[in-house]
Amino acid sequence: MSRQYLIRRLLIAIPALFGISVVLFGVLAMAPGDPFEELATNPAVPPEVRQALRAKFGLDDPIWQRYLHWLWAMLQGDWGFSFTSRMDVDTLILQRLPTTLIVIGSSQIIAIIIAIPIGVLAATKPYSVFDQIANTIAFIGFSLPTFFTGLLLILLFSIQLDWLPFVYRADIPGSGLPWLWEHIKQSIMPVMVLGLFQGASLVRYVRSAVLDVIKLDYVTTARSKGIGERKVITKHVVRNALIPVVTLVALQMPIVFGGAIVTEQIFRVPGIGSLLISAMLSNDTPVVMGVTFVFACLVILFNLIADILYGWLDPRIAFR
Amino acid sequence: MGERDLRGLIDKVKTGSMSRRTFVRRMAALGLTAPLATQLLAMGGVAMAQTRAAYKPTKRGGGGTLKVLWWQGPTLLNPHFAVGTKDQDGSRLFYEPLAAWDPEGNLKPKLAAEIPSRENGGLAADGKSVIWKLKRDVKWHDGKPFTADDVVFNWQYASDPATAAVTSGTYNEIKVEKVDDFTVKVIFSKPTPFWADAFVGTRGMLIPKHLFADFIGAKSRDAPTNLKPVGTGPYLFRDFKPGDAVSGVINPNYHQPNRPYFDAIELKGGGDAVSAARAVLQTGEYDFAWNLQVEDEILQRLEKGGKGRVNIAPTGNIEHIQVNTTDPWTEVDGERSSLKSKHPILSEKPVREALAMLIDRASVEKHIYGRTGVATGNFVNNPERYRSKNTTMEFSIEKASDLLEKAGWKKGADGIREKGGKKLKFVYQTSINQPRQKTQAIVKQACQRAGIDIEIKAVTASVYFSSDVANPDTYTKFFTDLQMYTTTMSQPDPEVFLLQFASWEVATKENKWQGRNITRWRNEEYDKLFRQAQVELDPLKRAGMLITCQDMAVKDQAVIPVVYRPGVAGHSNQLQCVISGWDNNTWDLSDWYKEA
Repeated sequence: MSRQYLIRRLLIAIPALFGISVVLFGVLAMAPGDPFEELATNPAVPPEVRQALRAKFGLDDPIWQRYLHWLWAMLQGDWGFSFTSRMDVDTLILQRLPTTLIVIGSSQIIAIIIAIPIGVLAATKPYSVFDQIANTIAFIGFSLPTFFTGLLLILLFSIQLDWLPFVYRADIPGSGLPWLWEHIKQSIMPVMVLGLFQGASLVRYVRSAVLDVIKLDYVTTARSKGIGERKVITKHVVRNALIPVVTLVALQMPIVFGGAIVTEQIFRVPGIGSLLISAMLSNDTPVVMGVTFVFACLVILFNLIADILYGWLDPRIAFR
Repeated sequence: MGERDLRGLIDKVKTGSMSRRTFVRRMAALGLTAPLATQLLAMGGVAMAQTRAAYKPTKRGGGGTLKVLWWQGPTLLNPHFAVGTKDQDGSRLFYEPLAAWDPEGNLKPKLAAEIPSRENGGLAADGKSVIWKLKRDVKWHDGKPFTADDVVFNWQYASDPATAAVTSGTYNEIKVEKVDDFTVKVIFSKPTPFWADAFVGTRGMLIPKHLFADFIGAKSRDAPTNLKPVGTGPYLFRDFKPGDAVSGVINPNYHQPNRPYFDAIELKGGGDAVSAARAVLQTGEYDFAWNLQVEDEILQRLEKGGKGRVNIAPTGNIEHIQVNTTDPWTEVDGERSSLKSKHPILSEKPVREALAMLIDRASVEKHIYGRTGVATGNFVNNPERYRSKNTTMEFSIEKASDLLEKAGWKKGADGIREKGGKKLKFVYQTSINQPRQKTQAIVKQACQRAGIDIEIKAVTASVYFSSDVANPDTYTKFFTDLQMYTTTMSQPDPEVFLLQFASWEVATKENKWQGRNITRWRNEEYDKLFRQAQVELDPLKRAGMLITCQDMAVKDQAVIPVVYRPGVAGHSNQLQCVISGWDNNTWDLSDWYKEA
């Protein structure tokens, strides 16, 4: 992989991001709604205040003017100013980022930890009892939507058993082990909901990828050389089978961020997803724009990461 | 009971031969009690009673952390920019007004040393000024003293049009003068019977001059203190994540003794109302939950968990049906529902009367809202002394059919009445919200039986309640025959609220549909009486006038009230807190405590 390749890929990303921002801005500007609608139904607030606020935040300008304004500010690193919170959008996003990364990161790790061994084991003994069970569970797992499993877990662990809290608090005071334990306790349910959902679909991917590879001639060759079965699987099969899996994981990352929105809402996890939802509900366009733009960047970034990982997993793939 | 008898009673209270409590109770029997009944005493020359708070803790702190849930978390913490109650409630953890409204509508002093009255010279006889005496020895969280300069500054700040403060409506028509370091005078341009607006309650929270003085007007959004409040309240600011969490720690120098009881407060936002109710009523994970807009059936089931209970406070919010007086289906000069048109069918009085009789409010209350929506025939329901006794809320399909029959509307072959080739058919819109759709169904069913065809329309709330000038489906445009939503009355006085029937407030294309009068109902008599009431200093006469005003609008079916919506909060069984429908949920936060 050369440095040139990287630079070229990054340069290509610029027009893509530009196009994305135009479409996003256009759609948001054309969508109905008013960030100050709550003022409208309150008879104690004179309508002039609403008009003044609209004028102040430039909501009455034509769309193209607003877009250019936004673009110019963005190029200077100014993400915009939230209508409803009256603070900078980047601060808002940065506040939410650690929680999102912790919850989504750990759920992805759990998904991978579960999926790879089970998928590989299932593929090495296809159509065995273990394979059947793993398949069935995976099927159930990714058929159940997260809002359903989330509520189910709350009913079971919070209400019936009273073991786990179902309100996530990002800023638990305290330190040391009890603090850590509190954090783990409140993360168990959201992380499990997300991790199992992801893991379930990954299992099927890993299984089919390993099945494809395991029948190839070079695996037979490796076996005939007398290398132990274990080494054959880890060194020769899994490494090659991982290529499509890596693509899947990488490309799924942005979707996971989006898919976490529902889970974040159920467990009140203050992540980027819940920021996006509340911004959309209150028509806070600069925040919606900021968050969706972050998502767009993530898509492009993870695409790039997937491509780079390919080269590392399979040196035959060249970057040109 | 006439005006003279009331005066007699007030005199009795003055001389001490009748207690305030008895007076208020007597008024209640007459439908005249409540919040402003006490202002009525104040105008009649009787000092307001201080609410007797049974606050038990004998020392400050020691109560642990108070955990409260707002399912929509505050998004900003400057009370002058507070868009909704969530922001006001959040700001109230740190900021305080001069006085607050308790559930009965008494003023309770917060930063004021006493409540102005005729006795203590606070209220001018001509109703054109109020003198507030401030509490001494109050310190801002950063140690600076709180003085009259701060109060005057808040007026300057909010009334500056460039600040675009949400509270400007309260402040831009008054003048505020500093009398001395601990006295301010509020001056009105005309006699103002409802004087307790500026510096009081939700719109009265005071911000410190020394931190905001450089950020007035257009620069207001840059003030660092917007995000890190420094107030006088019971808790010091610790952390704020918009929409997610607000937290504070005990203010060791709070100006009231032995308060607050809790060492820290954590306000958590986000999620939905049902799970918030669950976390307080069923699992006890949280101590308090705000605005439980949940079907009563579910609340009752959760209450069986035994951890907490529902707290219902009277408010003036009213779910009502508006009747269009203009024609929404023809364009006049390029404008639908134009003032120049008249509704072809709804302009007939018997049709409107029949419609009012076809709203089965009892069923709406019983099957949909329960404790959270009380059937009513009045548009103004609280404070109780403004509740009219002259309206009815009869539900009768037979009588409605009779009325229509007599007015010449005969049933056609399809069961729909018609007259002169016109079918009796209406489009009835509201926002998408389950209880509203259920109400629509109940109304539609009754109307069908009486021979009126109702076409139901439901618009997404974000469109319906927006002020988007280009969208025809907003509630202010009202391009249908009937529509239904809840309008809020934020003060314990109906004057501002009743502006929505004044003819100069009509929403039209010309004012971008920003007027408050959405039904476009116009009545000269109403306008005249309302204008008189605005300057009437005699509280009894004024109350009578305002009641007559609401009767005019209701009896002419400009609006058909359905249910009024009390404030609903939930709290743990141990938590002792008083919730007021006339102020923020957190209005009395300093006095919250837990019983063992």
